[in-house]
Amino acid sequence: MNKDQKQQDFRRSDRIFARLAKVAGSLILVALAAVALFLIFEGVPGMLADPDTTSIFRGKSFWEYAWPLVFGTMWAAFLALLFAVPVSLGIALFITHYAPRKIANGLGYVIDLLAAVPSVVFGLWGILVLAPAVQPFYAWLFDNLHWIPFFAGERVSGTGRTILTAALVLAVMILPIITAITREIFLQTPRLHEEAAVALGATRWEMIRMAVLPFGRSGIISAAMLGLGRALGETMAVAMVLSATGAVTINLLTSNNPSTIAANIALQFPEAYGMNVNVLIATGLILFIVTFLVNAAARWIVNRRAEFSGAN
Amino acid sequence: MKTIRLGSIAAVTAVSALLLAGCAANEEPTDPEVPSLSGTLNGSGASSQGKAQDAWRAGFQTANQAVTVNYDGGGSGAGRDAFAAGSVDFAGSDRAFKTSEIQDKTFVGCAADSGLVELPLYISPIAIAFKLEGINSINLDAETLAKIFSGQVTKWNDPAIASQNAGVTLPDLAITYVFRGENSGTTENFVDYLKKAAPNAWTWDVSGDWPEELKSQGEAASETSGVVTAISGGEGYIGYLDASRAGDLGTVALKVGDSYTPFSPAAAAAVVDDSSLESGRTSGDLAFTINRSTTKAGAYPLILISYLVGCETYVDPAKGELVKAYFSHMASEAGQQAAADNAGSAPISSSLRAQVEATIALIK
Amino acid sequence: MTDTAVKDTAKSELLDIRKRTQSSAVWRKVKDRMVTILVSLAFVVAIIPLISLTITVVANGMERFDAEFFTSSMRNVVGEGGGALHAIIGTLQITLAATVISVPIGVMTAIYLVEYGRGRLAKAITFLVDVMTGIPSIVAGLFAFALFAMIFGPSVRMGFMGAVALSLLMIPVVVRSSEEMLRLVPNELREASFALGVPKWLTVLRVVLPTSLAGIVTGVMLAIARVIGETAPLLVTAGFADSMNYNLFSERMNTLPLFVYRSYVSQGTPPEPDISRAWAGALTLIIIVMLLNLIARLVARFFSTNKSSR
Repeated sequence: MNKDQKQQDFRRSDRIFARLAKVAGSLILVALAAVALFLIFEGVPGMLADPDTTSIFRGKSFWEYAWPLVFGTMWAAFLALLFAVPVSLGIALFITHYAPRKIANGLGYVIDLLAAVPSVVFGLWGILVLAPAVQPFYAWLFDNLHWIPFFAGERVSGTGRTILTAALVLAVMILPIITAITREIFLQTPRLHEEAAVALGATRWEMIRMAVLPFGRSGIISAAMLGLGRALGETMAVAMVLSATGAVTINLLTSNNPSTIAANIALQFPEAYGMNVNVLIATGLILFIVTFLVNAAARWIVNRRAEFSGAN
Repeated sequence: MKTIRLGSIAAVTAVSALLLAGCAANEEPTDPEVPSLSGTLNGSGASSQGKAQDAWRAGFQTANQAVTVNYDGGGSGAGRDAFAAGSVDFAGSDRAFKTSEIQDKTFVGCAADSGLVELPLYISPIAIAFKLEGINSINLDAETLAKIFSGQVTKWNDPAIASQNAGVTLPDLAITYVFRGENSGTTENFVDYLKKAAPNAWTWDVSGDWPEELKSQGEAASETSGVVTAISGGEGYIGYLDASRAGDLGTVALKVGDSYTPFSPAAAAAVVDDSSLESGRTSGDLAFTINRSTTKAGAYPLILISYLVGCETYVDPAKGELVKAYFSHMASEAGQQAAADNAGSAPISSSLRAQVEATIALIK
Repeated sequence: MTDTAVKDTAKSELLDIRKRTQSSAVWRKVKDRMVTILVSLAFVVAIIPLISLTITVVANGMERFDAEFFTSSMRNVVGEGGGALHAIIGTLQITLAATVISVPIGVMTAIYLVEYGRGRLAKAITFLVDVMTGIPSIVAGLFAFALFAMIFGPSVRMGFMGAVALSLLMIPVVVRSSEEMLRLVPNELREASFALGVPKWLTVLRVVLPTSLAGIVTGVMLAIARVIGETAPLLVTAGFADSMNYNLFSERMNTLPLFVYRSYVSQGTPPEPDISRAWAGALTLIIIVMLLNLIARLVARFFSTNKSSR
């Protein structure tokens, strides 16, 4: 084999390899497009299904069926975020700015362990341990703070299987992701800013407020949105914990709760047949679109931040 | 922690070893005798009879080593659908096919002129269970029950309840009822009972889904386990569930005729004997109209009948042979007893067995 | 405003600030202390569920964490006894299949992004990979179901469907971690290879990949750990079974998360054997996930000490 031919062979292999890599990359686009397409293909008939012959609707239209689910999904995720964000920020600050440097990494790993627990195990724990544990507290809230709309309702749940419990489980599940991202961002705070603040006589909290938090603001927002995306789509834990009646209500302590899209699919799918399957896939399509938008927005913020802020 | 980790490593090693060996300890053939039957039988349908199916399959597969029976308890509707589409060989269903459905549908697995075989092989009482400190049993008539489950009677010491339970100290406590959040045959049978036995108090349609207007007043639970968890967790809770799962909970004795009858397999079987076959069906189609408003003493009309559905003539005769053998096993005294032990169902009476056996003979 | 006036206002402002600062010095310290307490409390609050969960799972799971649990399936098991061998093997097979699908695609994509990708396509891929990490697992399951249902009809269930659903969740994780690792490979290494006349593809395969192999392996392990506990996508694809099934391409196949879920949801009479099987399954699942994490970290550590000793 002469040298030229060998080079030609190499060049051809180079081209093939480059193309292979490109194909693999494009597959990601194809896969996402396929997800959207298949969900549309199987879901749209569900959206257009006849309310009278589709048993899952019970006489309602698709949107009347889907609206409480959409509401429940948003509401549960929002509540989870409300609990998880402050705690996550606290943990991230604790690990980056309070804990001794030596054990900080270990503590981070401990929080990451929470992310490793499968959701079905969270579900078991939620229904058998958490719900009974928080019920007396709910009863107290209900008895004493009944005038607050969130704690109002016909009567307090005797089992604790309310949307508040589901949101608590969700909050625990999204803690690690929010913590991990904010932690990283806090660590990136320019040393100079921090030292300048301390040199000016700021206390640790003032230093954090003046240097760390402003620097990390967009990071915190996107971390929260990523957590939101996770909370919106979480399935099994909610399906197992929540007593879902399909009501649209902001009462947190009663047995009368909205279901979430994902939990509803998991519960109804095994029993579904015919057009009902398409209806469930149609609600899955809604979930896909919502989470896609939330995640895309979060990533957009992260990327914009990476481009403009630049660790100076 | 260390021992656990070591243990788990040992466990993983054991699993990998087994992966190589390739067999579960309980799946190794024990008896090398020549099997008379072989093949795979697939069924799908009601989750209510799932535990009974476990027992039946265990017995049948032990007797016929070369046969594998799969039963997928995914729900009655899904089971009927899959059976009609021919993707399973038999279905378990908490109600018989409606005659209109039989006419409209083509059953792919059945021969062109074949009728259906529908057998009431799983009869189970539905218990009304509740949790009240120190009370194990209360008496209720259908009317009061309907009012409780529609939110019209909301306190345990309501006169409607108290008047039927002289001598029981009922607490001044709110009643919370638990219903199945997903479509369920148990719900359908319970609602059917309320509708037929208390038509004035219960005005909602009979369906496997709990009435939409009533959802806001109760608590939804998923599957029977969810109902059990909910009732056991909340003082003053009441719910309906497969009687075998009532466990330590308090249960309701229903007013039948002039007396109150607690649930029992015998009382459930008594209702079936007091019920009649639906008219206008083929000879293989043993669909019952349950006499919910029976006044026969000792009968408990709140029951669920789960049917086994097959073809009279299968396109594939080998399948027919398997189905016939399997259905015979289920209907046999041993089979019914196994289901009773494992799932708490009521064994069918000998007169019904005679009818069933005559029908099974039709299968080919 | 005159110069002196400006000076005067500045002076008075400064005085004012000093006064306020002095009076609030105590308050500032108190506030600082309060925040310290709050922040530490946040950590404790997050640890409580972890501890509670660990204790519950271990305490309840040990009851059936025995030899039979790992050597039996649920075929012909009524009441007591039985095990999760079929589910464990199903989980291993489905996860393995998902890994076989995801790793080549994921690593090749990462190679494309790092070594070749410029311009709009690469940007779009990077962005969509990030977005893809957020796909709800149930949606991935529905996708696999919709895809296979169109080909085989709506009652199709097979292990491979589950693998497809899981790989949809796994690919983005593999891409992200491999990309990071590939970017860590110093450019000098590539340039040295090019200078020796080695073509690009061989450079990538023989120089870049081996250098970052440990990091990629770590990433893959973590990706496996992420999907091995998924329940929802398998619920709608692989279904539920109680016998062994080694064939990924036909019939239902049980998996460990689903074993836990079904054991809890469909309890028998009495329910205790089912519940203790559910907890034992949960314990097994957690141990598998933790082991994967541990191995991943060990690989990573081995990798880093290796580098530092060089």
